[in-house]
Amino acid sequence: MENILTPDMPRTARPVASNFQVPRGTTEQTSGAPAAEAPAAHGAEAPKLKARVTGLNFYYGETHALKNVNLSIAEKRVTALIGPSGCGKTTYLRCFNRMHDLYPNNRYEGEIVLYPDEINIIGPKVDPIEVRMRIGMVFQKANPFPKTIYENVAYGLRVRGVRKRSVLDEKVEQALREAALWDEVKDRLQDLAFNLSGGQQQRLCIARALATDPEILLFDEPTSALDPIATARIEELIAELRERVTIIIVTHNMQQAARVSDYTAFMYLGELIEFGDTDIIFTNPSKKQTEDYITGRYG
Amino acid sequence: MKSNIHSHISRQYNAELEDIRTRVLAMGGLVEQHIDQALQALVNGDLDLANHVATQDYEVNRMEVAIDEECNQIIARRQPAASDLRLVMAVIKTISDLERIGDEAEKIARMAVRLADEERPKNNYMEIQYLGNHVRSMVHDALDAFARLDTDAALRVAREDLQVDKEYDGLMRQMITFMMEDPRTISRALNVIWAARALERIGDHARNICEYVIYLVKGKDVRHISLEQIEKELHEDSGA
Repeated sequence: MENILTPDMPRTARPVASNFQVPRGTTEQTSGAPAAEAPAAHGAEAPKLKARVTGLNFYYGETHALKNVNLSIAEKRVTALIGPSGCGKTTYLRCFNRMHDLYPNNRYEGEIVLYPDEINIIGPKVDPIEVRMRIGMVFQKANPFPKTIYENVAYGLRVRGVRKRSVLDEKVEQALREAALWDEVKDRLQDLAFNLSGGQQQRLCIARALATDPEILLFDEPTSALDPIATARIEELIAELRERVTIIIVTHNMQQAARVSDYTAFMYLGELIEFGDTDIIFTNPSKKQTEDYITGRYG
Repeated sequence: MKSNIHSHISRQYNAELEDIRTRVLAMGGLVEQHIDQALQALVNGDLDLANHVATQDYEVNRMEVAIDEECNQIIARRQPAASDLRLVMAVIKTISDLERIGDEAEKIARMAVRLADEERPKNNYMEIQYLGNHVRSMVHDALDAFARLDTDAALRVAREDLQVDKEYDGLMRQMITFMMEDPRTISRALNVIWAARALERIGDHARNICEYVIYLVKGKDVRHISLEQIEKELHEDSGA
């Protein structure tokens, strides 16, 4: 059986990405490399599979935006999606928390199976609200609610029915600490979120996403509106969060993808062109289209 | 692989990459010329030419520093990726080997200065001439492989290095025989050995450059592995 995780891995690539331990024989390992020497770059055991994406097609009405994408996601790793505007990377990302359900005439085909419980999160019977509890999203432009800092972070917990003040306090502090914002806001939790700087607002949105203990965090161009220092903070944060959360990030900044991610996927016109270890994609990609894009050539 | 340096959206970037490539070849040309002149000086006992080469190495050093600086600028400004990154890395490494080849040529020139005072042997340093021509053509072919991104040519040059090592061993044995037969030849034989040693090192540097060419074209690091392994790697790639 073909290893769906690595549809386009160069044969000579270090076998990191091809060594996901896939639960219960859903795929076989096709790489002959011993698992022991595989993940040298990350110093941990071979990553597990967090989401298996097979034959994903997506239609905005008549427009076929994703074409048979097989791109699975490793647990507790950062996967970056790169590609020119309109290539489908944001569309792919939004499938993960059912954002597309908000508009009529949108249609999914294929599967996004979430592990360990193996539910297909784009299946019609699955409640999008439940999916969004497990998979958080951070957008290009910080979008805090018109509420206090505290209420922004507590919002998801309240939706879940958490009422107890002590639990809320604890969770809010924890999420703000994880988002590296606590020290800056602990004395002004009742201020309006809009009074924070752009970078702080973005970290507040990350804290809001973290408060419900998501399994996957989706980042859609999280730093494109931020200055280099705020950008560096967010990137640092991503490096810390990847210890606990699976991260998928869409970025137009290729150096950012190279810096923060373990795996990189290059998409073009709705198709997955190449997927592999970030180290290899940025030094020796196997597809010419990938090479042309990351080196700034016209293909 | 054909060169696609010229297809960036930024024409300025095209020009910068083309420039470092051209300058490496110019530096290589100068180094080749130094080897050639040093050999001529040694073989013909030309003291003036020997002194000239021995003092010209600063020009090679200057080029190394200038190209290094330009590579630094490209990395800082452009953050090259993929084949562009490999080009910049290959250039940085290649010029370092070229600079050392220049140093070896300078050494040969200094030996030529000393040997100019010695009595000339009957065979007119034929063995040095032979080894020298071989090594010089290796350097030339290595630079040619770099210019044309030709991995087959690079592999051929790398293979030549084994031959050079054999010739060097043969020359050493010959010199030892001379010295045992007639101790009056010792001082001259030692100088010949030093020159031969420099040539042998130049062969090693030429091989290194060929390895960078393979890295540049195929993205495979083939340093510190045997020729058979290199061949296998290249073969695997073309079969994939």
